[in-house]
Amino acid sequence: MSIETMDRILASQAFFADFPAEFVELLAGCARNQHFKAGEYLIREGDPADRFFLVRQGKVALEITAPARAPVIVTTLGEGEIVGVSWLIPPYRAEFDARAVEPVRAIGIDAKCLRGKCEADHHLGYEMMKRFLPVMVKRLHATRLQILDVYGQP
Amino acid sequence: MPSDVFAADPFLPDLYRVGKVRRELADAVTLELEPQSGPRPDFRPGQFNMLYAFGVGEVAISMSASARLGTGFVHTVRNAGAVSGALARLEPGATLGVRGPFGTGWPVVKAEGRDVLIVAGGLGLAPLRPAIQDVLAHRERYGRVTILVGCRSPHDILYQHDLEEWRQRLDVTVEVTVDHAGTDWHGDVGFVTTLIPRSPFDPDKTVAMVCGPEVMMRFAASALLKAGVPASEIHLSMERNMKCAIGLCGHCQFGPTFVCKDGPVFPLDRISGLLAVQEI
Repeated sequence: MSIETMDRILASQAFFADFPAEFVELLAGCARNQHFKAGEYLIREGDPADRFFLVRQGKVALEITAPARAPVIVTTLGEGEIVGVSWLIPPYRAEFDARAVEPVRAIGIDAKCLRGKCEADHHLGYEMMKRFLPVMVKRLHATRLQILDVYGQP
Repeated sequence: MPSDVFAADPFLPDLYRVGKVRRELADAVTLELEPQSGPRPDFRPGQFNMLYAFGVGEVAISMSASARLGTGFVHTVRNAGAVSGALARLEPGATLGVRGPFGTGWPVVKAEGRDVLIVAGGLGLAPLRPAIQDVLAHRERYGRVTILVGCRSPHDILYQHDLEEWRQRLDVTVEVTVDHAGTDWHGDVGFVTTLIPRSPFDPDKTVAMVCGPEVMMRFAASALLKAGVPASEIHLSMERNMKCAIGLCGHCQFGPTFVCKDGPVFPLDRISGLLAVQEI
């Protein structure tokens, strides 16, 4: 039986396609496999954004809680998607709750560790930015369309 | 346009009686219509009829069930104005006028041997349902079949009973996403376009059929192009204010085309230049 190493797991993820091998190794040093039961939180709003996740299996809901109202799900994320982008933006605080809707298997990345490595090696930082910026832009576009309420009465 | 449509005066409606009425959503009902005399004309998935609420007016509504499934027409109508409101309030036994069928249909036959990707937004699932029913009736003729549905909230999901039935088949992928939901919803939340990159289809051999609000279709088409589906294989059902339904009056002019006669179903490569033009 062979044990899959973290570098190989990371290299096989579409999100890290074409990620230079030496950076995969650096990233692997900050990564570990994590499991969450349905209902468990991966991230809580306001907490230090010192971790983000690459979902390998399962579904995660990003939620906002408003006073005196039930939480509202703003988006769901699944296999191959990133949960947590606030680790890139000061003051590095989580903006949403992230809750496992069903059992979730994910790669958890120690964002504090990775931020340090990005600061030390800006090429690594740029490679990370190239992957995270499209994610953020895509979510911004999708949110704009949700706000448009296109299915409402014409 | 099939020539038999004009065997009689194309402006003269036939009389139909409302059979069953099913409340689908708070503002939408499905009407089953039976002809009061003679057989119902044949039609293709994606075509529409002009439904006439006597004394109120006429409105174009797509068929929402396959021709194979009954002897009448089935239409899902949303109460969105004076005419559609009058139609949505019709009760079993009421009489209304029907002209049609009109327009082009979904490329259900052309899609044989290919993957089929259906992308529906809101009430856009209604014109697509006959295509889905026909594809599933001959499932062995198609590759992967994927149905992606987007709507406002879990309370606004059209045809929940059909979606459930299709989901239970092992040979169809059905994904539903809503724009917002509470924590009691266990499905997806996000705009329908977010489902496209997650879906199992081979872009080189896929026929996509898209129907919903025009903004949604524009962004769905863009996501499909990005996924590698050629523009000629992406089909959209356009909606414009239709009056004559036979390309005479010009009410539904869409650039150099008429939606009633040249559409409502168009391949994207024929209309892509018009989708972002504000004045059209």
